[in-house]
Amino acid sequence: MSTVKHNYTRPLDFKHGRVDMTHGSGGRAMAQLIDELFVAAFDNEFLRQMNDQARFPAPQGRMVMSTDSHVVSPLFFPGGDIGCLSVHGTLNDVAMSGARPLYLSAGFILEEGFPLGDLKRIVESMARASRDAGVPIVTGDTKVVEQGKGDGVFITTTGVGVVPDGVNISGERARPGDKILVSGMLGDHGVAIMSLRENLTFHTSIQSDTAALHGLVAAMVAAVSDIHVLRDPTRGGLATTLNEIARQSAVGMMLQEDQLPVREQVKAACEFLGLDPLYVANEGKLAAICAPQDAERLLQAMRAHPLGGDAAIVGEVIEDPHHFVQMETAFGGRRVVDWLTGEQLPRIC
Amino acid sequence: MKYVDEFRDGALAKNIAANIAREADPHRRYHLMEFCGGHTHAISRYGIADLLPANVRMIHGPGCPVCVLPAGRVENAIQLAQTPELILCCYGDLLRVPAAGGMSLLKAKARGADVRMVYSSADAVKIAQENPQRQVVFFAIGFETTTPPTAVAIKQAQALGLKNFSVFCNHVLTPSAISHILQSPEIRQLGVLALDGFIGPAHVSTVIGSRPYEYFAEEFQKPVVIAGFEPLDVMQAILMLVRQLNQGRAEVENEFSRAVTRDGNVKAQLLVAEVFELRRVFEWRGLGPVPYSALRIKAPFADYDAELRFEIAPLSIPDNRACECGAILRGVKRPQDCKLFGTVCTPDNPVGSCMVSSEGACAAHYSYGRFRGDDDLVAT
Repeated sequence: MSTVKHNYTRPLDFKHGRVDMTHGSGGRAMAQLIDELFVAAFDNEFLRQMNDQARFPAPQGRMVMSTDSHVVSPLFFPGGDIGCLSVHGTLNDVAMSGARPLYLSAGFILEEGFPLGDLKRIVESMARASRDAGVPIVTGDTKVVEQGKGDGVFITTTGVGVVPDGVNISGERARPGDKILVSGMLGDHGVAIMSLRENLTFHTSIQSDTAALHGLVAAMVAAVSDIHVLRDPTRGGLATTLNEIARQSAVGMMLQEDQLPVREQVKAACEFLGLDPLYVANEGKLAAICAPQDAERLLQAMRAHPLGGDAAIVGEVIEDPHHFVQMETAFGGRRVVDWLTGEQLPRIC
Repeated sequence: MKYVDEFRDGALAKNIAANIAREADPHRRYHLMEFCGGHTHAISRYGIADLLPANVRMIHGPGCPVCVLPAGRVENAIQLAQTPELILCCYGDLLRVPAAGGMSLLKAKARGADVRMVYSSADAVKIAQENPQRQVVFFAIGFETTTPPTAVAIKQAQALGLKNFSVFCNHVLTPSAISHILQSPEIRQLGVLALDGFIGPAHVSTVIGSRPYEYFAEEFQKPVVIAGFEPLDVMQAILMLVRQLNQGRAEVENEFSRAVTRDGNVKAQLLVAEVFELRRVFEWRGLGPVPYSALRIKAPFADYDAELRFEIAPLSIPDNRACECGAILRGVKRPQDCKLFGTVCTPDNPVGSCMVSSEGACAAHYSYGRFRGDDDLVAT
């Protein structure tokens, strides 16, 4: 009988344990973290190959690829956390081409001392988001930085997808006369996050809108195959997104303020913080631009989807050599809706 | 939003606009200055200019606290922020104001200074409590609206026995600035600037009341209508000014009666008088040195005066020579008259202070109004 003892590894202590430098060193501790946390949570046939790369069948057609780093603070917020956000963020960037997302990768930068329990919560939230979306996380990476060199955890995700034949959605395709639509209430995510920021804590029932939008996009593409532009108005809000598109397409835009869907609570929070909901971040909304004759059909398809119930037609693409995004105010005047300048800072009086 | 939407009602705005159009005498022009940045912001953001007849012109005044702060005081604060272990607290708008060599508090922060944005002076006191080993300085700016909270912070620090808290005081006074504008040669002698009446401050007036404006109306024969910051307030105030001018009256009227009384907030006034006293003279960006136009901390509270604690020396830093902020703050020029406007000076890279705060005339015009070509706004 062999006297060699079986390997025994004490399981990770998710209750009291913390990330230390060995978890990123490439040794046993790292292998254990990968096995007991990441592989266990994300489990899928590609990850189980346990290679340095994931091998998967390549579909026919045009592929899209997108990457997104997530550094949100605080890590946990009403309606979500950095985990599900990092999955939704990249899925949405892939989906805005009209593509069906297929695979995700995830890179973690962990700060020494970060509670393993919090990491587990985050990873499980990612796993849930990826399962709900039907898009597996097929490969990943973990690094640990010394205490003070990170902010708990940073997550970078990359996604690939395939665009259905005949779909050509791109930021330079907005044409004068096109209609501008949004899929729902604006500014929820930014206000939910801001309600927790240091020095600013206020009570709100607003939850982040973080959500994967590829299902909504599929329903929209099924209704109107020739959507011209899709984009998710994340950082910088709808205003910044529309300015990007206006520049790319060399057009102007005219929004109708009274058509913009914004919750009363978000309006109120913005009012007392001196912010404009048009510049506040969203994580589960999209802006769509299509030909005027398709707009009503697209709107109905959006409203029929659970993530598009509050969709609205909010404006029109116009000719403008200056590429201004403008707005007819509910008050009856007109103004520019400019790019976001710096970070949105509060007014003082 | 209750109590807010009522004052942004488009249908009511059309009504008032129709009244203004009907009552404004087509044979004359109405040059009305809104003193406050809050009004400037509302006018631009809601597109009020679109609702006014061509002969009613709004002139932006100097009532933007960030805009009138001279570069020297910003430079003082930047130097202070570079003191090891010191925490400088300030309101958000101040972070991007350029001082010497394009430096700003935001850039100083990126180079390692501990500069923190606060929403209220009370937050600065709290930071001082939480960091007993470090000096915490509150960079106090603003008109009469923000002065009482600074007084409260100083008294609070005193009550708590905080040894590490002080205030770099830059509070300024509205009435002195209005007098200064009205007495300027551009109005009195040269006639460069036509000025027929004022929209009086909203929040400032809740503190000081409407009484201080009676002198201007009387002495300079200019009507003043105190107005709230909502767009309907501004429209109504314009109508009231047009009526006064048509009838040859020059009185103080109060459109903002839901918040402003003749005497103002006496409790706040007493608190300010207890903690602060007048400075003999203070430099304003754009207006230059203005006598008795600012406050400093009184001797009994000298322990909380950052100017004394850190021996802050006065610095005078000239503005960029091509920058027209000075003339714009006096109402003599418009943002688009400045060569730098929208070229080297933009909200992302401001050269002058008027391009920094969203209440600044240049930033408001750039962000909200620059689709209006120059032809739309011919100087008169």
